[in-house]
Amino acid sequence: MNAPTSPPPSLESIEQARLGSGLTAPALVWLTLFFLLPLALVLLISFASRGTYGGVEWTFGLGNYLRLFDPLYGQVFLRSLLLAGLTTGLCLVLGFPMAYFIARAPAKWQGIWLLLVMIPFWTNFLVRTYAWMFILRTEGLLNAGLLWLGLIDQPLEILYTDTAVLIGLVYSYLPFMVFPLYAAIERLDRSLVEAAWDLYASGWAVLRRVVWPLTKPGVIAGCILVFIPSVGAFITPDLLGGARSMMVGNLIQHEYLVARDWPFGSAVAFVLMGVVMLGVMAYFRVERADGR
Amino acid sequence: MSQYSVELRDVVKFHGATAAVNHVSLQIHKGEFFSVLGPSGSGKTTTLRLLAGFEQPDQGDILIEGRSMRSVPPNYRPVNLVFQHFALFPHLTVFQNIAFGLEMKRVSGPEVARRVQDALGMVKLTGKERRLPAQLSGGEQQRVALARALVNHPTVLLLDEPLGALDQALRQDMQVELKAIQERVGITFVYVTHDQDEALTMSDRLAVMDHGRVLQVGTPQEIYEAPATAFVANFIGVSNCVSGRITAINGTRCAVIVPDLPEAPVLQARRPASAHEGRTVTLSLRPERLHLSRESGAGGFDNCVPARVEKVIYAGNETQYHLNLSDRVRWMTRVPNTGIDQKPLAAGEAVIIRWNADEGVVLTE
Repeated sequence: MNAPTSPPPSLESIEQARLGSGLTAPALVWLTLFFLLPLALVLLISFASRGTYGGVEWTFGLGNYLRLFDPLYGQVFLRSLLLAGLTTGLCLVLGFPMAYFIARAPAKWQGIWLLLVMIPFWTNFLVRTYAWMFILRTEGLLNAGLLWLGLIDQPLEILYTDTAVLIGLVYSYLPFMVFPLYAAIERLDRSLVEAAWDLYASGWAVLRRVVWPLTKPGVIAGCILVFIPSVGAFITPDLLGGARSMMVGNLIQHEYLVARDWPFGSAVAFVLMGVVMLGVMAYFRVERADGR
Repeated sequence: MSQYSVELRDVVKFHGATAAVNHVSLQIHKGEFFSVLGPSGSGKTTTLRLLAGFEQPDQGDILIEGRSMRSVPPNYRPVNLVFQHFALFPHLTVFQNIAFGLEMKRVSGPEVARRVQDALGMVKLTGKERRLPAQLSGGEQQRVALARALVNHPTVLLLDEPLGALDQALRQDMQVELKAIQERVGITFVYVTHDQDEALTMSDRLAVMDHGRVLQVGTPQEIYEAPATAFVANFIGVSNCVSGRITAINGTRCAVIVPDLPEAPVLQARRPASAHEGRTVTLSLRPERLHLSRESGAGGFDNCVPARVEKVIYAGNETQYHLNLSDRVRWMTRVPNTGIDQKPLAAGEAVIIRWNADEGVVLTE
């Protein structure tokens, strides 16, 4: 009796598979060495416990993760997610018109505008954050300007508040929103906008029915690129936010460098990673359900 | 109500320093299939964009149904545009694409569904309403683009080379169909094209444009039979041209001496609108209006000149003869291959070209 079998793989396909695995080998080695291995190490440490003098003791348990149920840490997580969410939203609101303007500018101007968006990156991030301290502090540029204009009578207390952190984060990550949005809008066929306009759509309707849905991949990319680094940011909240506005990034930094509690820091880092990954995955699932 | 569906009054539009549209005035009647024909850069597309409202004239005015369109944005104009590359919304289905304009006008749901179905029926796409544009062939996309515009019952439908992206066979089918649809719906069509066959076969009237100017407006027959300038004569079909000078005017005819031909013959031609003796002119002749003969003499025709066959091109339905009249003058004729009484000429043979005075168009520009 002849059971139906699939034909044996041809020599060519075997050859191709071999070639394929050969070509992916460098990437696999790279990922293993520089991504998986360190990550596995952090995961391992997160289950260990802190030694008396700050070392890692290889006695395993769930203690570090259980510690995170303390509402104190919950608050830090919540503040981080909230600030990162607000940052993403503000970057989108500011970045979309910017990207639209650049993408629709004459070709020779586009390069100049993009360069201007990029130029701040040529200066050290720490220095730029210090510059914001000068702008935002009580006797800073912003308050001096507002007082001079007569818009306020008393200097505003912005530095060392969540507002200052938000301003700093939006400033830092706005380019990450502008670039993918620019790419998406630049690709958008201009005649589609004209077609909608011709079909009685107002400016707002053109945006909502045509531009927005067709540039959504860029919006998603931009949001992810802004949200992920802002949720783990630590320099900005450290310098602009002061003691009261601790974010997860500060907590991790504190545990590693100040408290010398590597196992707990690792646990926090892993929980943060899990939360972000779950969030992104949930978002994509909703998106896909929406799309159909 | 105005007697014209569309009227352009001395419209000027600059693109940088060049006038893309240069003092253009046109009157287009209600229900007319009007083509704007010209090569690329002639200003025909800019004219259409001015009508759609994507651009504003720098000078002059555009009236639709007698109403000035000055500072009226596209979404408030009673016109719809069929784009050159269709510009269908890729994220919307066929139904949603066609319904777009009606939804923007806040037409009620059942009414939208009914009108979209009507439009789908008209362009023969019933049953494809749930497809996405990417799942359609080029011809089907073209039909969706047409339906998306017509469903709104615009006063004027603007078409920007809508058949340009289709292959030859499909183009000819669509030409016939487009004309049939236009006659059925009775909407004014303003059709921009660089394809003279399209313009001639579909239009009630057409305007020929070049370098931002309208050179001639008329029915296809008027434009073909009596081109106003050498450019029009050569852009619409093929013309044999030779320069000469008017020596006599007599009734509806004139005599033109042509020094570039051997023995400087005096040829009889139609009298142009502005003619006076001594004026330098161009004589233009359509290839299919010339008769070739091996026998000498005019043989009952008004004009005859000798020539030598330079090249013979067999093109199936016709044979094209390239003729050498003199060192500076080369003409072309077409002889339909009717299959009766034909002894084809060979390259190198001496022939006589004969034609009647009415076939000769005298261009004064």
